[in-house]
Amino acid sequence: MNTATTTVNGHSAGHEGHGHHPAGLMRWITTTNHKDIGSMYLWFSFAMFLVGGCMALTIRSELFQPGLQLVRPEFFNQLTTLHGLIMVFGAIMPAFVGFANWMLPLQIGASDMAFGRMNNLSFWLLPPAALLLVTSMFVPGGAAAAGWTLYPPLTIQQGMGMDMAIFALHILGFSSIMGSINIITTIFNLRAPGMTLMKMPLFCWTWLVTAFLVIAVMPVLAGAVTMTLTDRHFGTSFFSAAGGGDPVLFQHIFWFFGHPEVYIVIIPGFGVVSQVISTFSRKPLFGYASMVYAVAAIGILSFTVWAHHMYTVGMPVTAQLYFMYATMFIAVPTGVKIFNWTATMWRGSLSFETPMLFAIGFIFLFTVGGFSGLVLAMVVVDVQMQDTYYVVAHFHYTMVAGALFSAFAGAYYWLPKWTGHMYNEKLGQVHFWLSFIFFNMTFFVQHFLGIAGMPRRIPDYALQFTDFNQISTIGAFGFGLSQLLFLYNIITCIKGGPKAPAKPWEGAEGLEWDVPSPAPYHTWEVQPVVK
Amino acid sequence: MSTHEESYYYVPGPSAWPLVGSFALLLMAAGSVMLMNKVGVGMPTLLAGLAVLLYMMYGWFSKVIAESRAGEYNKRVDVSFRWGMGWFIFSEVMFFAAFFGALFYIRVISIPDLSSIDNALIWPDFKSVWPSAGPGFKGEWDPMAPWGLPAINTLLLLASGATLTWAHWGLMANKRTQLAVGLFLTVLLGAIFMGLQVYEYSHAYQEMNLKLSTGGYGSTFYLLTGFHGFHVTLGVLMLMVILFRSLKGDFTPKHHFAFEAVAWYWHFVDVVWLFLFVVVYWL
Repeated sequence: MNTATTTVNGHSAGHEGHGHHPAGLMRWITTTNHKDIGSMYLWFSFAMFLVGGCMALTIRSELFQPGLQLVRPEFFNQLTTLHGLIMVFGAIMPAFVGFANWMLPLQIGASDMAFGRMNNLSFWLLPPAALLLVTSMFVPGGAAAAGWTLYPPLTIQQGMGMDMAIFALHILGFSSIMGSINIITTIFNLRAPGMTLMKMPLFCWTWLVTAFLVIAVMPVLAGAVTMTLTDRHFGTSFFSAAGGGDPVLFQHIFWFFGHPEVYIVIIPGFGVVSQVISTFSRKPLFGYASMVYAVAAIGILSFTVWAHHMYTVGMPVTAQLYFMYATMFIAVPTGVKIFNWTATMWRGSLSFETPMLFAIGFIFLFTVGGFSGLVLAMVVVDVQMQDTYYVVAHFHYTMVAGALFSAFAGAYYWLPKWTGHMYNEKLGQVHFWLSFIFFNMTFFVQHFLGIAGMPRRIPDYALQFTDFNQISTIGAFGFGLSQLLFLYNIITCIKGGPKAPAKPWEGAEGLEWDVPSPAPYHTWEVQPVVK
Repeated sequence: MSTHEESYYYVPGPSAWPLVGSFALLLMAAGSVMLMNKVGVGMPTLLAGLAVLLYMMYGWFSKVIAESRAGEYNKRVDVSFRWGMGWFIFSEVMFFAAFFGALFYIRVISIPDLSSIDNALIWPDFKSVWPSAGPGFKGEWDPMAPWGLPAINTLLLLASGATLTWAHWGLMANKRTQLAVGLFLTVLLGAIFMGLQVYEYSHAYQEMNLKLSTGGYGSTFYLLTGFHGFHVTLGVLMLMVILFRSLKGDFTPKHHFAFEAVAWYWHFVDVVWLFLFVVVYWL
């Protein structure tokens, strides 16, 4: 890693209207400051996490017993759909864009993001999209109820809530494409002198690859939902066999977006975990270059495996074989990363603060999710497992124990830099252990349910699935309630707590630790020189 | 690195335009939903959203132009604009790729599949040919022939690419008349293209029974050419702004990225048309 010293290098960056920013609400509405915008992203993401979480708990409550207790089946399907859309597009993606906004300029020695006003627009497009999604529950016919994958013909038949979801996705697409253009431009053009690409912290590299994926596939999703919209209202037949189209066409286009999308969700987490593991092992990251190549390889390969989500819709055996082998091939760069993280810890001077706990928890549980992914990659197995709770267990191991745990790791890791205070370490560790235990309680048993044949997206089930479902529901409530500890810890950390030094973690490296804690409103107006 | 020019980076001050823009999109989305489902006040809401969006674009871009004139955009900001515009165009390429993908899938996979033995019981007489409106389509219709208006449109767009490059040469050589005339010709050619597309659509609807609802052919034909036409419209508006600005004396031989960005965009629209002409109209 680089060792950075600050030396004066020419003139400072220009800030229009420096020093007289509007106060109060107008500050947040009009801001072009990457730290303000990062904070708004993070708070928005946490709010959406709670909204999506309440939907998940309603789903789990209904599934506590066989039979219908709480909600109508139609509403249950709306909940699974909105839970998926809100968690993916409203909670996890904005969380990592929030991290990117806060940390990228600090890490590469830039005064701000490349396009300040567009950055603000990227954020402020999120609330209208969230509003469309959430209010769609209250319109005639209710919200979209076809699952977050929005497969026709269901999506062609549903009410106006479906249109609201389509337009919400369009707006979310504008937002994330603009955010990603901003990130790529910032990384390519605003690095401090001497900060070569291969000296960048891994978080920057992972976001570079992620931003590329976003720009490549979000427009494809926009195309897919636009075709759904015209099929619904303007008489086209993209997904109708009578007109020569095919519902499977939607699945191909959707998963051409959808598979890179799940890597968009996880790859920034790889970056966070890489830095956290290195810091608390007090060793440089093992195999930095191979990490960079592995992330790039995962990004490229993500475009070549989409139909492994569709083994059972009917495709030639040769296609199934290709997608099976291509999918398994992704285990190679992913394995490189897992081994590198382990090797970084090997003979390190380890300490187990909350970020490190979440990072190690991430490695364990993400590996479980990776292995169940390999199981599902096999066509003969997947034919049995398709649309069962095994799939639900698999992707929650990657999305919750993967993406969400790495977001927790990053939040605890950088909270001192953001707030200027140390968070409550004991409470953080309690948060980790409760999350870890209740997460496994919720989702590990779902593997068994899936193998036993319980289908997903169904509000009722056969009696023999009851025990595991009850365990899962209790775990879900434990997991959900544990997150209130996180909220409490953040609020107390913002309000007070022990003063954090500029570099609160002994083994941390990187430019972000050269600025004071809390990071001043404007940083790196004079770019540092990296040797 | 020479220090001042390279390390200074302009960061814009607080601005309310983004919020205005997001409000505009909310109005437009809500208006469209109401309009398509025939509830509430759809069209007024949609139009109000569009008006707010245009107001936002006018205000925001005026601010950008003022900043550019004030000399805030140095080399490094210019490089950012280049990266930004390049990646934006890449995202547009991927948007069109989704529709081209749908066209290829329907032609190569779903139409042959629908005529195969698997579907012989449902549609015994359906033959796999292209153009096709699918096995369930009843009635006569004609596909669009390539060598009439579409070929003329191809020539128009290719010519407009040439006149735009000629205008760019004029700008770089500081020949302002050549710049203005070249831009004017480009706008004119783009406008004629749009007029001919409108004529083609009305002809298709009224005399060829070729509509959005004409199965897979109609769907892909109208969505691909429609989104292309929408991009041409945006391109012509952008070219008009650039023409207006160059008449006002903006742009120097060395500093004119706004011009170049519009030129990139116009050439992108041009290239999309060439693909359209070959795979939608011709083959």
